[in-house]
Amino acid sequence: MKASSLTLGRVSNFLGFGFFTTLRNVFTGNLEKEDLKKFLRKVIVPLASIFLFILIWHIGAKTLFGIEAKFKIEKALEDQGQAAADALTACIASGESSCQPNTLPSPAQVWESFQSLLRDHHIISADKEAFIEKTAALNKTRIAAGKDAIVYTGRPSFVDQIFRSLQTVFAGFFLALLIAVPLGILIGLSSTLKSAFNWFIQIFKPVSPVVWYLLVFMIVKTVLIGSTEDSSFTISFISVGLCSMWATLVNTAMGVSTVDKDYINVAKVLKLGTFQKIFKVVLPSSLPLIFTGLKITLSVAWMVLIAIELLAQSPGLGLFVWEEFQNGANDSNAKIIVAMFAIGIIGFLLDRLMLTIQNWVSFDKQDAI
Amino acid sequence: MSAQIILKEEKKIITDVSNVMLDLKDLKKVYPTPKGDYVVLEHLNLQIMKEEFVTIIGHSGCGKTTMLSMIAGLNPISGGDIAVLGKPIKGPGPDRGVIFQAPSLMPWMTSLQNVLLGVKQVFPHGTKAQRTDIAKYYLQKVGLEDAFHKKASELSQGMQQRVGIARAFAIKPKVLLLDEPFGMLDSLTRGELQDILIEIWNKEKITAVMITHDVDEAIFLADRVVMMTSGPRAKIGDVLNIDFKRPRTRKSVLEHDNYYTYRKHLIDFLEH
Repeated sequence: MKASSLTLGRVSNFLGFGFFTTLRNVFTGNLEKEDLKKFLRKVIVPLASIFLFILIWHIGAKTLFGIEAKFKIEKALEDQGQAAADALTACIASGESSCQPNTLPSPAQVWESFQSLLRDHHIISADKEAFIEKTAALNKTRIAAGKDAIVYTGRPSFVDQIFRSLQTVFAGFFLALLIAVPLGILIGLSSTLKSAFNWFIQIFKPVSPVVWYLLVFMIVKTVLIGSTEDSSFTISFISVGLCSMWATLVNTAMGVSTVDKDYINVAKVLKLGTFQKIFKVVLPSSLPLIFTGLKITLSVAWMVLIAIELLAQSPGLGLFVWEEFQNGANDSNAKIIVAMFAIGIIGFLLDRLMLTIQNWVSFDKQDAI
Repeated sequence: MSAQIILKEEKKIITDVSNVMLDLKDLKKVYPTPKGDYVVLEHLNLQIMKEEFVTIIGHSGCGKTTMLSMIAGLNPISGGDIAVLGKPIKGPGPDRGVIFQAPSLMPWMTSLQNVLLGVKQVFPHGTKAQRTDIAKYYLQKVGLEDAFHKKASELSQGMQQRVGIARAFAIKPKVLLLDEPFGMLDSLTRGELQDILIEIWNKEKITAVMITHDVDEAIFLADRVVMMTSGPRAKIGDVLNIDFKRPRTRKSVLEHDNYYTYRKHLIDFLEH
């Protein structure tokens, strides 16, 4: 029991959720006096700031709502007269969804939208399961006859979109890893290659994700010419990979070219072969920097993903946000804010995931920032 | 008192050419600078015999480390020759093992893996078990039998340097080069490691060249203490033969009549 709770504490500390341990101590009565300050700082202060944030948001949304409503009513008065203005005022006050002013949603509205998105997900999942069950027998005979199985083509739910986005971001991340790490090692090892590639890195590193998307689109469109398959996923994950790989490329090259001179001297004295030198000395010693690069790459990938999905019309959170914006339904704005929080929280979790892996593989714990 | 005698003995040893392990002839090192060449070493001649332990002493920055890294092959020679058993050296190689000032272990490897890294290079045809036995033998010799599988980054500085000693001896070099290996340690640990070093050395009798700043360390370990003049253009200033019997203990050395004569000789040289 004690050992397991100790591990739990270590894991949560590791993930940056150290306050959980303190919180647990509060409930289990293990709190000592000197812990009180820590408790205040680690639990009360963050909770208070979250509350304050929601309060400011609430007041801001309310004010914007008032401005928008007033404007709408005045406009109705000007255009259609007093009766229309009165009707509109009554309509807004009644909470009727068709006449609500379109502005920043309040925290309560966002929470409501979040729950409705979850309900929506359950409905769609149930629908999907039913569909699969219904078509199972039919699909068997279709496959036996050499025909394609019927697949569910219904609307994806919000949760489906999140998983779709994660797929895209990881595909892009692995593409970046596969290109940037080997290339970075080569550039770091050879000063000739470094001068050959330096201009390339300097010029393409700052290029915006949108432009990368267009470039990838031009190429993939031609490569896949005649293919009937939907190329939007391919285009978006390649674009994500290409714009996020630079941090890893630069960090790997730097890590490899700045291996501690002592280690290199040892390798020289022992006359290690090139292969052994790279895999036993150079790579392990540059792992911390490579992982710092990969961490940046993953967070950049997640950040640019939304813009690229939006452009590529590839299913995912980006497309979700864009469709809600285009949709202009009553709760669209609230759904966009829900997506914003989902993006932020997932980005944070991805960052923690990388930090955990980095701590795990790195020999020098201090290097992991 | 004994300067002449020492010089005579010196000549006697030098005449026996077949016994020379390491031969530095007219060695020169020049670093080009924007203000013209900076000559670190010039006309440096030194012969080191088989199974001899030589310590090198001199002021900071006189070029001792430069000389040692040239012997190791890590620093190119500007002029003259370095030969091991009559063959000029070509770059670094495991026939000249080095114990660096910093332990220079791969921190992501265990102490056993660090030693094995070298053993694998020198005994490529041995089985894994044989190589592991060799590595474990030397780690035991330096008192690390309980730390085979500890990561180097988890070891103290002193323990890391023990692994460094084990790694150097385990590759069975012809010449062992030690660049102030105990300079970064506290005096207690330093004494311990000197004892360990001399104990293994007594058994293996590998020709050793060691740089040190510590006069007592130089006398305790060496057959000969080589004194270098201050740079630039440093060369061998004086050589002192240490006539203590081996195996030595710290106590017997300190109680020996000649100990303070030797010590005075070295300190006189360093203060001039």
